[in-house]
Amino acid sequence: MDFSMIWALVIMGGLGVLFGAGLAVASRVFAIRRDSRVAQIEAVLPGANCGACGAPGCGGFAEGVVEGKYLVNGCTVGGSEVARKVAEIMGTEAGDTVSAVAVVRCRGDVNACPDRAVYQGIHDCRAAVLIDNGAKGCTYGCLGYGTCVTACPFEAMRMGPDGLPVVIESLCTGCGECVRACPRDIMELMPRDQKVFIACKSQDFGKAVKAVCSVGCIGCGLCANPKTVRNEVITMDGKLPRIHYEKVEHSWEDLKLAVVKCPTRSFGVRGGVPEESPEEEPVSEEPAR
Amino acid sequence: MFEYYLSLFVKSVFMENMALAFFLGMCTFLAVSRKVETAIGLGVAVLVVQTITVPVNNLIYTHVLKEGALAWAGLPDVDLTFLGLITYIGVIAAMVQILEMVLDRYIPALYNALGIFLPLITVNCAILGGSLFMVERNYDFGESIVFGLGSGAGFALAVIALAGIREKMKYSDVPKGLRGLGITFITVGLMAIAFMLFSGIQL
Repeated sequence: MDFSMIWALVIMGGLGVLFGAGLAVASRVFAIRRDSRVAQIEAVLPGANCGACGAPGCGGFAEGVVEGKYLVNGCTVGGSEVARKVAEIMGTEAGDTVSAVAVVRCRGDVNACPDRAVYQGIHDCRAAVLIDNGAKGCTYGCLGYGTCVTACPFEAMRMGPDGLPVVIESLCTGCGECVRACPRDIMELMPRDQKVFIACKSQDFGKAVKAVCSVGCIGCGLCANPKTVRNEVITMDGKLPRIHYEKVEHSWEDLKLAVVKCPTRSFGVRGGVPEESPEEEPVSEEPAR
Repeated sequence: MFEYYLSLFVKSVFMENMALAFFLGMCTFLAVSRKVETAIGLGVAVLVVQTITVPVNNLIYTHVLKEGALAWAGLPDVDLTFLGLITYIGVIAAMVQILEMVLDRYIPALYNALGIFLPLITVNCAILGGSLFMVERNYDFGESIVFGLGSGAGFALAVIALAGIREKMKYSDVPKGLRGLGITFITVGLMAIAFMLFSGIQL
């Protein structure tokens, strides 16, 4: 008589019991205690998984908050309302959230920085940079095919008439999708309570910048001069100046001289230059707001 | 001995590539090859699971299922080879579950990187295929470790290479009817032809 069927049953049953026991032991030995606050925090977050906080999605942020990796007010999209709720769950005070806003760090429109070639490919910056680093005259400048505009989940961007994108600040949540979309890193987040930013990314020497763009930063360092701004609010970082926002006390007054003195007018001013000083040379119309 | 293992490894990576020579695991191969980043996740997951399950299945096969394998239990006549398929899948499922727990506990970074792929490849036919090839070719334990490592590496290589090609292909002018999976199948076919060149190598 053939017993192999019985042996089959025994072996399969035995293996099944073995695996079952193994899994049971493993789930005990390798168990991880999850914090119940993670789920609670995730529930109050906007759930857009935009990544503005730096975490990969809202779940990651919730975990990070519980671990202490992120601040309770780290969610820029949710703003102070969400920060308050998260703080409540964590049992701490929220403090004030400084929300961020996206700015276009290039002023080289079609007139200031003409193309050096005719591009006839897909109307997308990421595609355009693949072909000899784009057709734009400046290899650091905005290509102007509107990849950031398409990437914006809040419809807070549009293409301006002169080939540069424009941020509609009332709609911008500072999520940073445009920053990630831009192959040239033109888009950048800055604190919403600040006014002045450096609207150029060119790391070329002054002469090379001059050759391709009339509004590009030539790295002269005039703005970083102690006579222009106090307290080292602006320092030179390579061939570009850098504004230290944490040192700025008055968003306009502290940096006014730098904006006015800049020989290439490479500063951007959100919302335009204030009208209070008519005797100063007027800085041309602000392209990015 | 080392030379033999090396040639077995190279053979299982290139000449007998799971994805491009046997066309196993096509579903994940095509679905998860849109981005290099995710393809690396899948590739590593396949590599790890393959390296673990093939030797484990080899142990179970040689000591439990093979004809006469149960002699140690006083049953030299029993042949349970027909239980192979169901056992291998069970072993793979259990191994993946345990591996997931271990990774979550000790290497959370890798666990997060692999993410959904780990449970997904439980039912990947490249994984089951690896165990079945191991039985068909009568590998011993040492050979099965090398074969598991090699075939996993081969799949990872294939899926990452395809993802690289597809990332570049996003910007090319593909005829309308072939966009998406159509051109991907053609690409995979060309890659398979390229990999066939390796079959001429004598090891």
